[in-house]
Amino acid sequence: MDNVEAAQNLLPGVAPRGIARTAGALLFRGRALVALFALLVAFSVLSPAFLSAANLTILVKHVAINAIMAVGMTFVILSGGIDLSVGSIAGLAGMIAGGLIDHGVVLRSFGVAVYFDVWLVVLIAVLAGAAVGAINGLLVARLSVAPFIATLGTMYAARGAALLLSGGATFPNLVGRPDLHNTGFPFLGSGAILHVPVPIWLMLLFGAGGAFAAVRTPFGRHVYAVGGNERAALLSGIRVKRVQLLVYVISGLCSAVVGLIIASQLAASHPATGQSFELNAIAAVVLGGTSLMGGRGGIGGTIVGALVIGALADGLVLMGVSEFWQIVIKGVVIVVAVVLDQLQRRLRW
Amino acid sequence: MTPTGALLAARAVSRQFPGTLALDRVDFTARAGQVTGLVGENGAGKSTLMRILAGIDQPTGGSLEMDGRPVRLASARDAAARGIAMIHQELNLVPDLSVTDNIFLGRELARRGMLDRGAEEQQTRSLLARLEQPIDPRAPAGKLPIGQQQTVEIARAIAQDARVLIMDEPSSALSAAETAVLFRVIRDLKTRGAAVIYISHRLEELLEIADTVTVLRDGRVAAEAACCSVGIDWIVEKMTGGIPSSRAPAATVSRAPVFTAQSVSLGRELRGVSFAVGAGEIVGFYGLLGAGRTPLFECIAGLRAPDRGEMRLGRRSLDRLSIAARIAAGIALLPESRQRDAIVPALSVRENILLASRAGFYISPVEERRRAGELVAELHIRTSGVESPITSLSGGNQQKVVLARYLITSPKLLLLDEPTCGVDIGARAEIYEIIRRLAGRGMAVLFASSDLQEVLTLATRIVVMASGRIAAEFAAAEASEEALMAASSPLPEHAGGGTLGQR
Repeated sequence: MDNVEAAQNLLPGVAPRGIARTAGALLFRGRALVALFALLVAFSVLSPAFLSAANLTILVKHVAINAIMAVGMTFVILSGGIDLSVGSIAGLAGMIAGGLIDHGVVLRSFGVAVYFDVWLVVLIAVLAGAAVGAINGLLVARLSVAPFIATLGTMYAARGAALLLSGGATFPNLVGRPDLHNTGFPFLGSGAILHVPVPIWLMLLFGAGGAFAAVRTPFGRHVYAVGGNERAALLSGIRVKRVQLLVYVISGLCSAVVGLIIASQLAASHPATGQSFELNAIAAVVLGGTSLMGGRGGIGGTIVGALVIGALADGLVLMGVSEFWQIVIKGVVIVVAVVLDQLQRRLRW
Repeated sequence: MTPTGALLAARAVSRQFPGTLALDRVDFTARAGQVTGLVGENGAGKSTLMRILAGIDQPTGGSLEMDGRPVRLASARDAAARGIAMIHQELNLVPDLSVTDNIFLGRELARRGMLDRGAEEQQTRSLLARLEQPIDPRAPAGKLPIGQQQTVEIARAIAQDARVLIMDEPSSALSAAETAVLFRVIRDLKTRGAAVIYISHRLEELLEIADTVTVLRDGRVAAEAACCSVGIDWIVEKMTGGIPSSRAPAATVSRAPVFTAQSVSLGRELRGVSFAVGAGEIVGFYGLLGAGRTPLFECIAGLRAPDRGEMRLGRRSLDRLSIAARIAAGIALLPESRQRDAIVPALSVRENILLASRAGFYISPVEERRRAGELVAELHIRTSGVESPITSLSGGNQQKVVLARYLITSPKLLLLDEPTCGVDIGARAEIYEIIRRLAGRGMAVLFASSDLQEVLTLATRIVVMASGRIAAEFAAAEASEEALMAASSPLPEHAGGGTLGQR
C-alpha cells in the first residue's frame, strides 16, 4: 500500500486519493510523468546525441538549478503566496560568497581583512538568503502585504544590494587561496561524488527533503491547510503567520543555494545572476500540477515539472530549433498544462 | 395534457455521474401560485435536481417542460432569461461589493452606458423594506452577518421578478423572526403567480409554507403529497425508512465550573455577558440574528478579543492566550460556516480530521490512517475511505469530520456554532447523540442555534441572548417554544447590562 501511495505522491494534481477508476484516468493524472517520458523517447529518436551520458548530465545539472529553486517556490505557492524575489536572492547570495572569498571582510579600523573557511562562506550566504526570505515572510504575515507586491519589492532591493556589493562588477576567480584556507568553493558546482555531480546530489537532497517535509511533517500539513483555507487553519490552532514566515525563509534558502551553485560552476559571481529565474521556477511548479491558488499539489510534481522544462529546452537545442521558437513552445506547454489541470478538476478525475 | 398551472416540470429526468446515478427518472412539477417543498436526506439528489432545473447542470435522460412546452436550459443565464432564479445554500455574494452592487450584479441598470447608481439604490431600498430588513444598501456585503447576507441573496432573486424561484435551505441561517418575514414574502410571491420550490431540512417549517411536498430518496421520488394531509413523521419515514429520534434524558450534571465568563463586552455586539458552565452540561444559546451568540463564541475561542471582562477555563485566565494556546488548554470551536471556516476542500478526510492534532515532527501515514479510521467509525462518518476528498461527503458527514478534528484535541469546553446547519435529519440525530455522549464523558458543551426545536431537544440548560446580553435562562424542563421566543425579542437600548437577567 505504501508503495502505491508513494508513487501517487509523485503524480501532480490530486495526491493520493483512492484508486483511479480506469487506466486512462491514471495516465491522465500522471500526465506530467507521461509527458516527460514521451519527450525523452521522442528526443532520443530524433537526436542520437540526446541519450548520451554527457548530454544527460548537462541536462540534469541545468534542471537541478531550477528544481532546487522550485522546491522552495512550491512551499510558498502551496501556502497561497508567490515569491518573485528568488532570482535576486540567488544573485545576492552568489555575490556575498564571491565577495567573502575574493576580499574577505575588511575591518577598516584595524586595517585588516578577515577571510573565512569556504563552509562558513557558504553558510553565511545561505543565511543571507534565508534572511531576505524572512523579510518577505514578515511583510506578508505580519504587515499583510500582498505576496506579489512584497516579493516584487525585495526582488528589486536584493538585486540592488547585489550590484552594490561590487559596484556592478564581477567577482572573478573564486578558487580561493591556500594561504587563506578558503579554497574548494568550485566543488559545489563542478565537483562530483560517486561520479554524480554535486548539484544533482543537492537536487535529490532538496527534492527528497522537501517532499518529506510536505507530506510527512505537521509543518507540511499546515502549509497545505493555510493555502487551502486560512480561516480553518487558524481555527484549528495552526500558527498561520509562522507558517507563512517559514515558507518564504525556505524559499530564500533554496534560492541562495542555487546562487552558490551557479557562482561555483563559473568560479565567478556576477550581480545579474538569476534574472528571470523566478518565472522558470513558477513554471516548474505549475507544470507539476500545483495550484496557484494554494493548497493543492506537491514537491514530486514540481521535480517532474522542472525535468519537463529542462528536457524540452535541451532537446530542442539538439534538434536545432530556433531559440525564438523554443520560447514560444515553452509558453504553450505551460498554458496547456494549466488547461489540463482545470479539465481534471472539472471532470473530477 | 399539462395540469393547469404546471409552470416548470421535469419529466423522467435522470442524471448519471461517473459511478453513481444521482437521479433516476424523476418526475417533478412546480405549479404557478404554489410552493412545492422538496425534501430528502443529503445525497438523495435534491441539489442535482435543482441544479438541472436552474440550468446549471444538464440531465443525461428525460426532459424539462416550461408552460407545457419542452425546453432546454443550456446555462444558468439561459434559465434566468426564462425567469428561473435560484438561491443557493452556500452564499454567492461578492464580499467587497455593496449590497446594491450585489443585487444588481450581472444585470446592472445603465443609462447611456453609465451605471445608474441612484435607481439601483432606490430599488434596493424598496426591496429591503419589503423584506423588513434594516440593511444599508451601501454596506459591503461581506461585512453583514450571515443571516443578513442570506436576506440579500433572497432580495437578489426577488429583484429578478422570477416566475420560478428555487430556494435551497433559505432559512438555514435565519432566526425564527427572519424566517417569518421570509414566509410573508414567499406568500406574496405566490399571490403574484410565481412558482416557488422550497428545499429545507426543517420539516415543521416546510409543512408551514409548502402546498405540496415531494420526497426524494436515493435519486428517486419516494412520495408526493399535499402538505395539509401529511405530518412530519410521515415525511421522515419516507425520507429514511427509519425511526425518528426522541428526546433523550438529560445527562447527569456535575456543577464544578469548567468555564466562567464575567462581564464580557465587545463593542455593541456583547454587553456584559456572564455565565458559568459545568462538566457534563449542554447549554443551548438561543437568540435572534445579531443577539451576540457568534461574537461570544469567537471571544471564547480567541478569534476576537473582548474589550472588557474576564474568562476562565477552570482557574486559568484566558486573557491574551492565542487560539492555539486555547486549543491546547482545552477549548474547541466548531465554527458557524463550515465552508468558510472549517473545511479545507483540497485535503482528504484524513487530513481534515487530523488538522488540529499536535503531532511531533513526523507524520506516520499508518498511524494517521488508524486514528482517522477510528474516528470515522466512532462518529459513523459515511465515506468511501479516509483518503476520499472531503468534498465528496455530504454536509452532515463533513460536519462530523470537523467535530472529529476538534475531539482529537481532547477539549474540556466544546463550542458548537449552529452544529446542524445544512445537515439532514438522519445525520442531525447522530450529531445530537455524539454531543450527548461527549457531555456524558464530562465535556462542557455550549451550542448556539436558531432552531428552537434543536435547542429544546439537545440542551440541558437554555440561555437566551438578545442585543448582546443574556436575556433569560431556563432549565430544559421548564422551557417552551413560546417562552424562548418571547425572551429573545431585542431589549430596549436603555436596559441595564450586567449579569443574568431573569424573566
